Parts: sequence; structure tokens; C-alpha cells
Amino acid sequence: MRDRCQECPLPHVNLKLGPGLSELSVARGSGKGSSSQQTVVATRAGILNHSSNRSKWWVEGNSRRYVPAPQESVIGVVSGRSGENWRVDIGAAHPASLDGLAFEGATKRNRPNLKVGSVLYARVSLAHKDMEPELECFDAQTRKADGFGELKGGFVTHCSLQMSRLLLDPKHFLLPLLGSRFPLDVAVGLNGRIWVSTKEAKQTIAVVRCVEAVDPDGGGMDEVSVKKFLGEMEL
Amino acid sequence: MRPPSPSIPEKEFVYQALKQSLRLDGRNHLDARTPTLDFGPDLGWVECGYGKTRVIAYVEAKMTKPPPERPLEGIITIHSEISPMASVDYEPGRPSEEEITITRMLDKILRRSDAIDKESLCIVAGERVWHLRLTIHCLADAGNMLDCACLAGIVAFKHFRKPEVEVIGDEVIVHSAAERSPVPLAIHHMPFCVTFAFFPDPSMRPVLDPSLLEQRLSTGLMSIALNAQREICVLQKAGGVPIAAEEVLQLIDVAVTVAKDLDKFVQMRLREDWETRKIEIM
Repeated sequence: MRDRCQECPLPHVNLKLGPGLSELSVARGSGKGSSSQQTVVATRAGILNHSSNRSKWWVEGNSRRYVPAPQESVIGVVSGRSGENWRVDIGAAHPASLDGLAFEGATKRNRPNLKVGSVLYARVSLAHKDMEPELECFDAQTRKADGFGELKGGFVTHCSLQMSRLLLDPKHFLLPLLGSRFPLDVAVGLNGRIWVSTKEAKQTIAVVRCVEAVDPDGGGMDEVSVKKFLGEMEL
Repeated sequence: MRPPSPSIPEKEFVYQALKQSLRLDGRNHLDARTPTLDFGPDLGWVECGYGKTRVIAYVEAKMTKPPPERPLEGIITIHSEISPMASVDYEPGRPSEEEITITRMLDKILRRSDAIDKESLCIVAGERVWHLRLTIHCLADAGNMLDCACLAGIVAFKHFRKPEVEVIGDEVIVHSAAERSPVPLAIHHMPFCVTFAFFPDPSMRPVLDPSLLEQRLSTGLMSIALNAQREICVLQKAGGVPIAAEEVLQLIDVAVTVAKDLDKFVQMRLREDWETRKIEIM
């Protein structure tokens, strides 16, 4: 993996390293004339991916434990409050903190009414290995909600991290297939949590079972089998 | 850190679905997950799975001197380890209430129900007996770990064979498996554990073999350990929810059918495994 990174002839000027890669600076020689060279190493096992212009590189693995990375959308559960901030469980090693004012239209007087156990769709705004991750429920520039915020009703199901990335791929068959059967609202968090809301309970159950069946970590079912599987359920 | 209890939407949805007699994995409320049994290369090594719940159990035997108060009986000990690997709920070092319940139930069901004949484990009275050690490792917890661990434990005992021993005078000769085929343990009956979960609202009927979410949201669990001959070994009801006597009897009837099915399944799997272990003697 390291070789392939070095292979690319001209490193992009705006080289950005995503999850799974980190930069190591290795000092060469000592005393006078020492030079430091930047080396990129993989910090987790998986497939190395890059954007079309080779400016962004990241590693996609199929782990179950979520490691927060900046700008990723996640689904969290409020687990308490500490002062001005909410403590949110996002399935990572440490709870994340969410500023009570990081919502659209929130002011000191008017802040969202969250309870312990509320489910949130949020973006990771800060993820540093030595600090608690931080979340926000709005776009910091426009101060608009942009789809983030509290998720009311519905149900939260868990899947592998690989599955959550697959579902975010617009070319993946599952969500369009389910959407053609019945109307549904879905929010996919990259931390392996999926929020589903449908009109009827059995439709939500169908979504939960399909996600579990398609998950490469479990069933790994393909499109034809899922259609059959859906047909067997009485919807 | 204790795990957070299920979120509000999860709780409301599970209750709403249960009121319509729907379960998240598509089962009926009195349907159990189909167990899986995998045997290892050694005799007495079993991996048991209930859906995504996985437990490994293995039996080892060694010879020891019996305690003076019971010179004619062998010793059985059960070691259960529930590590944080199973679920984030479990912490090393400090056993939670749930862990203690599982450990004590395993002890009651497998050891104190006298499923295994202890006197047949005696080699020389007061001098040498077999000491059986059952180790249970919980690998993943997706609900109802007690039933899974219990099935793994009893199947491990059933699968295990101890070396043949010959006593001539004061001398004890242990024959290796190559010399004489090892002998199975004397097992009087096979207890199976069946767990039901109860919910606060009477419109939600009790469910068999609860999943992790159902178990967390339940107000009480009832575990019945019984064998296929309809003999109840242990009945434990945890949590404070009151149940009518008729309901308990109805659930026991359900448990009897489950135990009978499990008994057939275990016998079939053991026979299948035994077929693969035949060695031709030249």
C-alpha cells in the first residue's frame, strides 16, 4: 500500500489523507544536512481508494468499530449533558460532544429540546486522536440545518461500516429497490447506524432485515435474492 | 462506562411492533432462532450459535484426589468467561449483574441438576477421581446468551469422551485413544434452557428467545431449564413483572416443545459429527 502511494509520480499539491492513512515524518541523517521526508503509512487494513484527480486518498476497511473522521455524517444517541454541551454516543471509543448551539436557529434563549436517548444526525466537526470528537448539526458557514438535527420516530438499526458506505453509494441497488416498494425516510450514518422511518412497522422491519441480509459482514445477499426475500415478506 | 440504554425511537418502535405481534427479525413471538452447532477437532469442543450470539464450550478432564467428604464422586467445575469481546456491556474484572446471573444459572443447570453421573467419574475410591472442567467463552452477544451457553455446555459434555482407565491392584493405567477407544460420560438427561422475555404492557405478549434489544427493553426474563422428558430442573424469573400461574404453565408447554426439538437436533448433529470421526483400524 505504501508502495502504491509512492508510485504516483507527482503527488498532488493539495494532497489530502483520509481515514486509514497518516503521514510520518522520518528524519534522514543527523546533524548538518539532515533532511526530513514525508512518508505515508496505512493505519488500518483495507482497500486503498483515491479521488479521480488523486488529491484525496483513504483506506476503506470492513471494521465494526467506528473511528471518527472529520466531515463524516454520523447517527448518535444523546447520552447526557455536561454544561452547555450534549454528550453523544456515536459508537466510537469515546463519546462525542455536541455544542448546544450548533443547531440551525439556536440561540442562548432558544435551544433545541433534546432528551437523553434522542437520536441525532450530525456531522463530525473535529476528530483528533488525542481529543474527544466534536459534532455539529448545521453547516458552520451557512448556519443551515442541511438535513442534520434530531431524528424523531422511526428506528435505528446497526450494520457494518462497509454496509453504511455501500448504502451511501447512489449506484447501490438496495435503497432504490426498497423505495420502489413503499415510501421511506432513511438517514445513513458512516458509523454503522441507519435510521429508518416508514408508515408501517412491518415496512421498517423489512428494511432492517434487508439491510442485515445485504450486509457483506453477514448475509451478503445480491439483488435477485433480495427481491425474492422481499417477496416472501407480507408487505 | 455502562452502555447507554436503547434510544427513545428504538424503544418506541420495538414496543409498537410488539403490540402488533411483530418482531424485528421477522420471527413470531414464540419462535426461537435455529441454533447452529460446530464441533472442533478435539472431543468436547463445541461452538454454538443462536443467530449472531456465539459461545464456545470445551471440556477437559484430569485426575485429582477427591475431597475427603465425597470420596466416591468426581468433580465438575464450570468456568465461564464473558469478556468485553462479547459486547461492550461487559467489562473485565467487574462482573455485572447479568454476568453473575448467567454464571449461576449455568452452575444450576449443568452441575447441580445432576445431569452427569458423578460416581462414574470415580476411579479409585478416596484416591483418584476425574475432574471435569467446562470452560465457556462468550464470543458475541446478540441476545439470549444464557440459552446459547447452556446448549453449548451440555453438548460439550455429550461430545466429550474420557480416556479408558484400568485399575489393577493399586496401579492405574490410562489408555491412550489409540490403544482403546475413549468412553463417553454417563449422562442421565440433557437439560436445555429456554428463556422468555416479558414486557410492561399486557398487550405485548411474552417472546421466546429474546434478541439483545428485546432483552434490554424487557421488564423481566423467565428462564426454564428442562429436558425432553418434561422434567423441569430450574425455573428462574428475574425482574419484577407479575405473571398469572396459567401463563407460566402455558409457557412451560411451549418450552417442552422447544426442548424436544432441541433434543432431536442435538442428537442429529452429534450423530453427523460422529460419522466423520470413524477411523478404520488396520
